[in-house]
Amino acid sequence: MNVSLRKAVSGAPLFVIMCLLGLVFAAPLLFMFASSFKHDDAIFSDLNSWGAYIPDAGWSLTNYAAIFERSNLPLFLFNSTLIALAVVVGGVLVNSMLAFSLSRMRWRGRSAVLSVVVAMMVVPFEVVAIPLLSLVARLPWPGIEQGALAWHIGWFNSLHVQIIPFLANAFCVFLFYQFFRDIPPELDEAAKMDGAGPWALFFRIILPNSRPVIATAAIVLFISAWNQYLWPIMVVQGEAARPVQPGIQQFFGRSNSWGQIMAYATVVTLPVLAVFLAFQRQFVASVAGAGIKG
Amino acid sequence: MKTVFGRDHSLSVAGFAGPALLLFATFIVLPLLLAVAATLTNHRLVSPEPTQYVGLDNYRRLLSLKFVTVEPVRDAANAVLRDEDGVRFPTWRQTRIARPELARYRPAWQFNAGARRVVLAATDPLFYRSLINTFLFALLVLPLQCGLALGLALLVNQPIAGRIFFRTVYFGPVVTSMVVASIVWSFLLNTDRGMVNELLRAVTGDASLGPDWLGETSHALPAIAIMSAWQGAGFQMLVFLAGLQSISSELYEAATLMGANAWQRFVHVTLPGLRNTIVFVMVSTMLMAFGLFTQVDVMTAGGPLDSTTTVVYHAVRSGFKQQDIGYGSTITLVFFGIVLLASALQRFLASKGAAK
Repeated sequence: MNVSLRKAVSGAPLFVIMCLLGLVFAAPLLFMFASSFKHDDAIFSDLNSWGAYIPDAGWSLTNYAAIFERSNLPLFLFNSTLIALAVVVGGVLVNSMLAFSLSRMRWRGRSAVLSVVVAMMVVPFEVVAIPLLSLVARLPWPGIEQGALAWHIGWFNSLHVQIIPFLANAFCVFLFYQFFRDIPPELDEAAKMDGAGPWALFFRIILPNSRPVIATAAIVLFISAWNQYLWPIMVVQGEAARPVQPGIQQFFGRSNSWGQIMAYATVVTLPVLAVFLAFQRQFVASVAGAGIKG
Repeated sequence: MKTVFGRDHSLSVAGFAGPALLLFATFIVLPLLLAVAATLTNHRLVSPEPTQYVGLDNYRRLLSLKFVTVEPVRDAANAVLRDEDGVRFPTWRQTRIARPELARYRPAWQFNAGARRVVLAATDPLFYRSLINTFLFALLVLPLQCGLALGLALLVNQPIAGRIFFRTVYFGPVVTSMVVASIVWSFLLNTDRGMVNELLRAVTGDASLGPDWLGETSHALPAIAIMSAWQGAGFQMLVFLAGLQSISSELYEAATLMGANAWQRFVHVTLPGLRNTIVFVMVSTMLMAFGLFTQVDVMTAGGPLDSTTTVVYHAVRSGFKQQDIGYGSTITLVFFGIVLLASALQRFLASKGAAK
């Protein structure tokens, strides 16, 4: 037996285990996807066979048509997209700027701020949620009434209440800080020789050289913003500002068509899947980095 | 570390650090401070009455516990009355009326010792119930999810065909939101037609098998733990994978030369090399486990019979649904203290293990 063949044979049991585990991990999602194209009767008649995990011959988009008709899904998708994009753009900006000042500038209290940021990583959002609820109930928001500026009290039922509290993110600051620290200072020196101030250095040298960490922070912020559930069920009552996760939970509660529920679940999942697949390589690399150093 | 700009740039420092620091101060630090203040008041989200200072009432209401001995019911001749269940005891309502100091207490747990009954009563038995449930969930999900993640990482770290593909497959559930995962699993866990029970019946060959996963008090929490491990393991697999790849291959070669088999290499090279990674994964999984809310809200709404009510679920029910911010904040803060203690304990145990 030659070496490569022997290797292949000894690896075979592991390969089988890997496939079986793959089935366990993929089956629920395949079932969700396949069922979204089926009539409810077909979902139940396919249950005991492999057919449950693949779309059947009579597949159709009826469920998708129905959910777009029966619910305000397009509005919820629009809200979630807007919220997630705003959190990603704003979050990348403010967190990287703080990280820049921590890694590249000398100022009083810098090391204290850094340790507070690290400490804040272990504060679960669930701990802040209830007090934050009573805080945003009292915060003012500017508006225009009869042509004049007027302050409206309370942030409930809005998009900004789902965006602004989530811009600053301790984990993202830490990611940026680690990355900036490893950018060689020679790069800065060259820019300084040309008379560049900190703003020029940051926007022309540091940020353009930080694509991998920007991608990671963007994914982390996008996924957590898109998957928000606890916060929107507390601060959003009507449908106008509702995002997708409370949307699907409500649909799940009042619909009795599993096909439509699975179609809804698929629509809600696809954007995150697309973002993940697009940035997969950077993401895998830096999740890894965070674990070792953290 | 080399810093580029000196102290004369205080305006630009404020420009760079200001926005994020202002946001942190407003949306994390200020709420925590407000929470401390709110625990001392009866503050409600919307209320016509002004907020009043109530001292430590919220903490008393949350934590008060009392052992109560209940005497059996006796007849006129002072003989103990019996019915078909044995010695007859007065109901809790009767006990409470007879002893006014128990007015706000409800029974949490009781046992009969001969002709006496001992009742452990609490002013908020549901808090203790939810605390036990939360710890139980953490105990279930911690070994399940971390063990699964480590196993997956070891697998996809092998030079096997298709490992990149399988890595993506194992990561798939992480991309689905907890709400979607909970909804899909509600179907899979269905008693009569769900795939989990179908698989159980097929593997064991016992057609009568198949628990009502989400409907039985003993099964609901384990079912949620299994689902959560499925959803989250892929993320920690990546973290473990990076840890594995940072272990020098020379260590493995040296161990092989010394005649170590695969298991010995795992125990003496892999595990020590992963120490930091294991601590990170354990602490982050524990924080997630303690925050358990979404799965419970979607799948069981705390039931059956409060068997899946968690601390966060209880806090949200008090603070948001009943709009009692003062009490909700108290639950949250006491819980935060427990979280900090638990993660400090884990780090301490890990560093003690390292010193050995």
